Amino acid sequence: MAEYSTNEFRGGLKIMLDGDPCAIIENEFVKPGKGQAFNRVKIRNLKTGRVIERTFKSGESVPGADVVDMEMQYLYNDGEFWHFMVPDTFEQYQVDEKALGDTKQWLKEQDICTVTLWNDAPLSVAPPNFVELTITETDPGVRGDTSGGGGKPAILETGAVVRVPLFVQTGEVIKVDTRTASYVSRA
Amino acid sequence: MFPEPDWRPTCAGQALFDRARLLTSVRAFFAERAVLEVETPVLSRYRGTDPNLNAFRTQVDSRGHSWYLQTSPEFAMKRLLANGVASIYQIAKAFRQDEQGRHHNPEFTLLEWYRTEFDLERLMTETEQLLRAVDVDQVLPTKIERFRYRDLMLERLALDPWQFDVDVYRACAKRLGFDDAPRICGDAHSVWLDFLFSQAIQPQLGRAALTWVYQFPVLQSSLARVSPNDPNAVERAELFIDGMELANGYHELIDARQQQQRFEQENQWRIEHGRVAVEADPRLLAALRSGLPDCAGIALGLDRLLMLLTGAGAIDEVLAFSSARA
Repeated sequence: MAEYSTNEFRGGLKIMLDGDPCAIIENEFVKPGKGQAFNRVKIRNLKTGRVIERTFKSGESVPGADVVDMEMQYLYNDGEFWHFMVPDTFEQYQVDEKALGDTKQWLKEQDICTVTLWNDAPLSVAPPNFVELTITETDPGVRGDTSGGGGKPAILETGAVVRVPLFVQTGEVIKVDTRTASYVSRA
Repeated sequence: MFPEPDWRPTCAGQALFDRARLLTSVRAFFAERAVLEVETPVLSRYRGTDPNLNAFRTQVDSRGHSWYLQTSPEFAMKRLLANGVASIYQIAKAFRQDEQGRHHNPEFTLLEWYRTEFDLERLMTETEQLLRAVDVDQVLPTKIERFRYRDLMLERLALDPWQFDVDVYRACAKRLGFDDAPRICGDAHSVWLDFLFSQAIQPQLGRAALTWVYQFPVLQSSLARVSPNDPNAVERAELFIDGMELANGYHELIDARQQQQRFEQENQWRIEHGRVAVEADPRLLAALRSGLPDCAGIALGLDRLLMLLTGAGAIDEVLAFSSARA
């Protein structure tokens, strides 16, 4: 894998740091007057999701990480692994619970997700920004009751819980923004 | 279908007018004081030895020597001074490789001026007057602060920059939460100072004032004279506003032998750190031998000044075409 110098640091660049694949979020070039230049870099560890700050001497190099994002279709869960397929090649990948993380609560079969591969192994999965899911359980809204204003909790077919308006009922399909875990509309 | 390449300016249309107005008021300021505007070559046969400045290299004829785009117009302007012209200023393009960021573009505009018979104190005052003159909308802070470099380090970091004990510096970095510092700085005193100053002090400078820092460490400024009252310091001053370095000035070193030694020291450093030694500019040294008048000079980043005057968050917003679209 190629080495990247600090001059090539850009948002989105994938590098190896302390043995973990990371993505650069922000790169700030700092140069005191006539002195040594530094790069102050905000980095996301792609394994843990944690964001850290690191400083480099400008001109330093770090190894790149073989990390690629691929669109894949979610197929099924066999109890231990979640299976995804690349639509063009039918190539399949199995993802364990750790790599899947919070995405699990949004997964519906057939949906297209973004799977991040590191050295060809799934590292993380991002759900589609919007998903359409059926409400399996919510309190019947009381007519005219607008107290609280914030609606009511609803359990979706995938197990996720989102707040919905009072008029939405069990059995309805709703559209949810997965980035904020919030109700958008009836589907 | 391919999208059209980005051909439009990186700045808003208003920035073009703001720049033109700034240039006009700078020229009016110096005309009033009878400081002569000059032009010197941007492309030159020699370059400075400064280990932290990377010059763009090119050739004038394809098989000849290397030539360089200037990193500042300092050497040529000093040769004019040595030849007897009185105070001069220049609005010049300068070029520095590997410098790109929110406050840096590889090609930028410097306002550089030299005042014969001025010391640093007087030049700092004149710089403040210049800022008032160009700050038509009065957006710059009115308060002025001046700190000695050493006092800042002692007060804010409890560290004496004139002493070097790597364990003390490491402990200071650790206290401040800079875990990367030991790896980056190793046992190089000047890199430690650059790191701690730029990471721990500079961001807080000039927050509600025009903040000068003066009497910098002698090991960081090869073109300034040593302070008469402190052998560890040189007569160099830097101006900070909003945590950003805006100007850098010297009471100029006029001793040719000392200047040659500083160039040699910088080349020694270059060799020790795996860089190519640079031929010291023989024309500058000859001019110094013939005699440079007592003078002080300062370089001010005009693009950064324009950022401050217009409230821009990045240098791209005040350049017609930043390097991304050059």
